[in-house]
Amino acid sequence: MTIANTRTQAPVQVDEDKCIAHKGCTVCVDVCPLDVLAIDLSKGKAFMQFDECWYCLPCEKDCPTGAIRVDIPYLLR
Amino acid sequence: MQHDLEVDVLVIGGGTGGPMAAVKAKAGNPKLRVMLLEKANVKRSGAISMGMDGLNNAVIPGHATPEQYTKEITIANDGIVLQKAVLAYAENSFAMIQELDRWGVKFEKDETGDYAARKVHHLGTYVLPMPEGHHMKKILYRQLKRHRVEVTNRVVATRLLTDAQGKVAGVMGFDCRTADFYVIRAKAVILCTGAAGRLGLPASGYLFGTYENPTNAGEGHVMAFHAGAELTNLECYQINPLIKDYNGPACAYVTGPFGGYTANSRGERFIECDYWSGQMMLEFFNELESGKGPVFLKLDHLAEETVSTIEHILHTNERPSRGRFHERRGTDYRQQMIEMHISEIGFCSGHSASGIWINEKGETTLPGLYAAGDCGSVPHSYMLGAFVYGRFCGENAAAYCADHEASAVDPEQVAIEKARVMAPLSRAEGLTPFQVEYKTRRLVNDYLQPPKVTRKMQIGLQRFEEIKEDLQAMSAANPHELMRAMEAYAIRDCAEMAARSSLCRTESRWGLYHHYVDYPEKNDADWFCHLQLSRGPAGEMRLHKRAVEPYVIELDEQEKAAYSRLRIASAPTAA
Repeated sequence: MTIANTRTQAPVQVDEDKCIAHKGCTVCVDVCPLDVLAIDLSKGKAFMQFDECWYCLPCEKDCPTGAIRVDIPYLLR
Repeated sequence: MQHDLEVDVLVIGGGTGGPMAAVKAKAGNPKLRVMLLEKANVKRSGAISMGMDGLNNAVIPGHATPEQYTKEITIANDGIVLQKAVLAYAENSFAMIQELDRWGVKFEKDETGDYAARKVHHLGTYVLPMPEGHHMKKILYRQLKRHRVEVTNRVVATRLLTDAQGKVAGVMGFDCRTADFYVIRAKAVILCTGAAGRLGLPASGYLFGTYENPTNAGEGHVMAFHAGAELTNLECYQINPLIKDYNGPACAYVTGPFGGYTANSRGERFIECDYWSGQMMLEFFNELESGKGPVFLKLDHLAEETVSTIEHILHTNERPSRGRFHERRGTDYRQQMIEMHISEIGFCSGHSASGIWINEKGETTLPGLYAAGDCGSVPHSYMLGAFVYGRFCGENAAAYCADHEASAVDPEQVAIEKARVMAPLSRAEGLTPFQVEYKTRRLVNDYLQPPKVTRKMQIGLQRFEEIKEDLQAMSAANPHELMRAMEAYAIRDCAEMAARSSLCRTESRWGLYHHYVDYPEKNDADWFCHLQLSRGPAGEMRLHKRAVEPYVIELDEQEKAAYSRLRIASAPTAA
């Protein structure tokens, strides 16, 4: 289920000021069990591409700059 | 693009049992080519991606014996167990704890340096806390590197290859980012694919709000079936008592030894023991349905220091987002009880008893095919069981390679599977995998969730047949959606397995797990046996009984009924 087609509130929020994907970092993309994160190549920042989050937190815990915050998906809150 | 690879031992699934199997295969014979194939990334994959807060089934000398543990699991599982497989686990449990300890896993110890085991089960003492258990995946990753295991991430295995004699010959799959097709020839394959955790739909309606890591969609179960291996007791569902909506464990195992317990809305205990068994789940279900529901985890009577300790363990391990879930709701363990509910259904031997049939060596019924962890059939085996059977599978697969040549890859099997896998990408229009999955899982809830009813399950089967055609109409816009499409295939197959197995066992057993309204009593005369599901000549699902092997540890009559007496007797009323 792509976010592009469905208006939704993404549980994974990326602080673009802190994200260092433009320097080649892909840690959050690498560790996601569901492979829902990607790097926006035009901006050089990570973003949530697919709305399939298990709110498990490896992306947040492993991010070297603390740029990620995972919120509980709205349907469960 | 197609990649044709060849290895000796191929391990599918890099969560818990998989890394252990790969390390032990390599340790068994360092010259073997051992590959660990992972759908996500081994650094953070599987049920323990964020670690684990404790061992739930540690058999530690001085606290418990292998015989006592084997008895407990036999009773908790209503007698239907391959006891020698449970005993083999129990006898090797402590050696595995010591090895993990050497690898750097921190277990709770008392002031004398002894492991600080706690009592949670009905009869014995088997719970060993790991307050710093969030480091588990890092420790496994270090061992993979040290043993030079080749790791391939982001490849989704879809079907096993077999030869004319029915022996396993390898696996096929695809890369979920590039859609490159993989054909991997192997002498031995070890399935460590975890639970079928995306079977029922969570009550929240959120597809990925499952108890299990939703990456585990039952592909291992389905691959074993299509290759011709036997699966067992699939009617013995996994249903867990969880935090409502969040759908993570409430962790009575963690809180129990601190004085927390499961309570009804009056704050009263209603079960003697919080260990997850089918019988406990039935009492939980009965309480939910009664006027005394809902059910809660009660911690608000504990001292501040105790609550803080519990918070530290629960909010840093296994499901650490739990803290922010409670925070948003304004739930403070000191002030409020935590609302609980029962989960959707799944297959998971880690907590119940269903899965790919394996013996005490980790062997399936297919030569060269092994299984460990939540997808194998050793009941109630949890994380430590996955490690111990991962070890058995790795060692035995390595030994198997010494006496067996690799079978040839059958080009026809490859052509058929490649066509099936790639089809959704070639359809510009069609059903989205999301829709097909949602509908299948909604039907699972409607027709398969206990209490089970014959007519409902029959209707469910009809609807799952219709979904078979829908699968042929799925379109995928990219390789990621293709992964979801292939998962929809696996989920549908698991749904059919659950329905057929449940309809076949015409009795009730394992408390809520197989609570069959049309046949409400346990019927040992006809059904004291395993129920095996395998592939018939035309690809159909067929079922047969497998006798329970004579026990190696006998039970006395008093013990047999222990798990049937979980409900707390009501207080005598004044005359």
